[in-house]
Amino acid sequence: MSKERTAVVGVGQTKYASTRGDVSMAGLLREAAYRALEMAGMTWDDIDAVVMGKAPDFFEGVMMPEIYLAEALGCVGKPIMRVHTAGSVGGSTANVAASMVQSRVHETVLTIAWEKQSESNAMWALSLPQPFTTSVNAGAGGYFSPIMRRYMAMSNAPELIGCMVAFKDRQHALANPYAHLHQHDLTFDQVVESPMLWDPIRYSETCPSSDGACAMILTDEARGDAHDGPVAWIKGTAMRSESNSYGGRNMVSPAASEECANDVFAQAGIHDRRKEIDAVEMYVPFSWYEPMWLESLGFAEKGEGWRMVEDGSTAREGGDLPVNCSGGVLSSNAIGASGMIRFAEAALQVMGQAGDRQVDGCRTALGHAYGGGAQYFAMWIVASDK
Amino acid sequence: MREIAIVSFAQRQEPAITSESEVEFMVPLMQQAKEAVGLRQQDMGFTCSGSSDFLAGQAFSFVMTIDGTGPVPPISESHVEQDGAWALYEAWVKLQCGDVDTAFVYSYGKSSPGSLRDVLATQMDPYYVAPLWPDAFSIEGLAARMLLESGKVSERQLAEIASRSREHASSNPHAVRNTPKSVEEILAEEFVADPLRPSDIPASADGGCAMVLAAGDRARELCDRPVWIRGIDHRIDSHTLGARDLTDAMSARIAAEKAGVGRDKIDFAELHAPFTTSEAVLTEALGLGDDVTINPSGGPLAAHTMMAAGHIRFGEAFERIARGDGDRAVVHATAGPVLQQNMVAVLEGE
Amino acid sequence: MPAQPFQQDPSVPPSCVVEVTGVPEKVASTEPVQSVRTPIRMEYTYTPGRALSDYLVAMKDKKIIAERCPETGQVFVPPRGVSPVAGVVTAGKVELPATGYVESFNITRVPIATRPDLEPPYCSAWILLDGASISFMGLVINCEPESVKLGTRVRAVWKPDDELEMAATNILGWEPTGEPDVEIPDIERIGQKGDLE
Repeated sequence: MSKERTAVVGVGQTKYASTRGDVSMAGLLREAAYRALEMAGMTWDDIDAVVMGKAPDFFEGVMMPEIYLAEALGCVGKPIMRVHTAGSVGGSTANVAASMVQSRVHETVLTIAWEKQSESNAMWALSLPQPFTTSVNAGAGGYFSPIMRRYMAMSNAPELIGCMVAFKDRQHALANPYAHLHQHDLTFDQVVESPMLWDPIRYSETCPSSDGACAMILTDEARGDAHDGPVAWIKGTAMRSESNSYGGRNMVSPAASEECANDVFAQAGIHDRRKEIDAVEMYVPFSWYEPMWLESLGFAEKGEGWRMVEDGSTAREGGDLPVNCSGGVLSSNAIGASGMIRFAEAALQVMGQAGDRQVDGCRTALGHAYGGGAQYFAMWIVASDK
Repeated sequence: MREIAIVSFAQRQEPAITSESEVEFMVPLMQQAKEAVGLRQQDMGFTCSGSSDFLAGQAFSFVMTIDGTGPVPPISESHVEQDGAWALYEAWVKLQCGDVDTAFVYSYGKSSPGSLRDVLATQMDPYYVAPLWPDAFSIEGLAARMLLESGKVSERQLAEIASRSREHASSNPHAVRNTPKSVEEILAEEFVADPLRPSDIPASADGGCAMVLAAGDRARELCDRPVWIRGIDHRIDSHTLGARDLTDAMSARIAAEKAGVGRDKIDFAELHAPFTTSEAVLTEALGLGDDVTINPSGGPLAAHTMMAAGHIRFGEAFERIARGDGDRAVVHATAGPVLQQNMVAVLEGE
Repeated sequence: MPAQPFQQDPSVPPSCVVEVTGVPEKVASTEPVQSVRTPIRMEYTYTPGRALSDYLVAMKDKKIIAERCPETGQVFVPPRGVSPVAGVVTAGKVELPATGYVESFNITRVPIATRPDLEPPYCSAWILLDGASISFMGLVINCEPESVKLGTRVRAVWKPDDELEMAATNILGWEPTGEPDVEIPDIERIGQKGDLE
């Protein structure tokens, strides 16, 4: 028995901002959920189950917040699950929701991922005193910057590739009304001249800290076929995890990343990745991860990914493999939602619903997320054709 | 629906595990569950776990524990910030998709480093309720008062539940509260959160468990008597305590009906009932008659490992059925204050 | 000041915004609640576990104790008690020299809350100890951060003997030894043992 074909029929996002002081946590989630329901032409009554994801509970100081959010998500009397796979969680959550439909356990599922970092202190949450170790790095930037330095050394990439990625994503974000950062006057030189935080990472090459939520409605084949509106069909979903510390681990292109990519492309029947994929929404919280993931995902040879950045291949205008037309994580980072935003933006692209950030003729797109010490991966491929 | 079975299980529960980290005490359990059916990590089609950062007092705490599975080469894996029963559910769904035949599920919790009754207060509505720091025992005390006032159950009946749990637990090596106590002795205890006495509240433990699931004939290859998950469902109720009937468990009723509890005779039930009051409410909500043995393991009154307690109910029922002590069982897991979220499953021997 | 109705970002479709009906007259003159502060304080008594305890105890004597995977021989430091490559308990103890090299590093130019004593810029690096399979993060000190390279040889700088505790903080940092840089054969890989397939 094959899996049920599964369709995305609704996508909803909130405006991302450093502080969404106008809404509670429940209000934030409802904003995204309502928009997804509206796009799907559905009401809460059509939803059989909810799958929610977010990053650590310490980010808001609420333990297992799905407990408190049950009513806000229309779940009373229904099933709700809560996924947490570090930074990849938004993607994993969508994949778990997809499995609910693919398995025929449920017909229609609402999946939602979020973070409201302004309600607590994310830096505090990430650096709770660890009594047995010495703390020498400031958050994720401190952890990931040596990996990027390693990549720069192995690839001999020009020093300003990272700045080019950051500038491109910030330009892309201007076409996305939901994006946190809308830096209309930003120039490339300003990116280059922004202060070094964790050398080689500059301030402008890092992601902001955002509040926000993203929701999607997934449904079965019959309802997808009957849907009076745009549909994105899920062609493949994959997750892989590995230890973040073992001898011989390739941290620039982790085995888990490569295996996850192999799995999802195989499910979607894709052979020439660069040719057959029309748009990529990739998890790039620090600029240099774009060329690194281009290689790890097999869009470029090892050590060559930076050339795609340099020659403009990943830009929406003129590129053959546009990456992060939404502005990406570099323009909006509601941590727990960031992975789902990638998946949702990929869906919007193949639905032809990406507004000013739409890639012309986009029929197949990849959503990508990673987390932990670059050890958790979640990916999906969506297409406009069943 | 594919036939899915539990084929192996290992657990450990102790009052406080202070000499080993979470991953250190989980590795032997993980190995034990895999070795019992001759599988290695690479043989698992999917892996899923359940745990909580708030128990560990650290963000991303599960990242340390995944090392115990031996995730090199990488594994297809997921994690829920929920009781392991929901990790089992996610794995069950994955198996239903049909592309994998085996799954590894584990869960753990170490609540001894903090004060669990206070930690659980952070589960409450963060704007209106949590700032009042209502601890878990006080909230259950409110519900217990309503239950007693409703006349559905008496203090003596609660004491009988507590006494029976201790009696059952005397033969459970994993129980941490297993000394016999009579109903009269329990009724003479000082209140913790009036009307709840020490014997009415869960016996907090540190620990965890590991389990292998398999589908169809693969399950039959792996063990002599697979224990089949005949039905499984979970539901959540309103979080607002004032908005629901705390003397009932609406979401457990729905889950029990969907899981098919009433379809055939039930031999015993393993209920994730942290309080005597929870057991009284659940027995009624699940429609379990007098002929059903409730919590032969002693249940969470005998050992309550937060984030694994629901999952362990599946394991306890598996072991009992696998060795022939009963053929059909109801299993239940819960989360949230006063039985807000409930999972119900029916397990049956081959 | 009366509460202002919420102004939605004009660039975002307003479809889901619930109509704001205003504030009841009785409370119209009170100041609107913008936020509530509900500080959370929870105390945890951590225990390090078996392997890390042994490591910390040895630290008091300026010894670095690692553990070896019984199946693959990989050496883990600091030890966590398990081997992620085999999914088994590690037990065999290995004492490692307090020397190694920099696998990679960053120069941190922002202050961090958990280490108010550190004045930026400073170099935090992944140090691979001689004989270890995995690197761990430490500070490179007693040199200009800009002089650190991939492959720079370093040795531990310990606290004065009379200040030693059972703590990882006994190592203040790592200083260059002046030996020639290590040639990193496969610069993409982190760690020594590359043949895990």
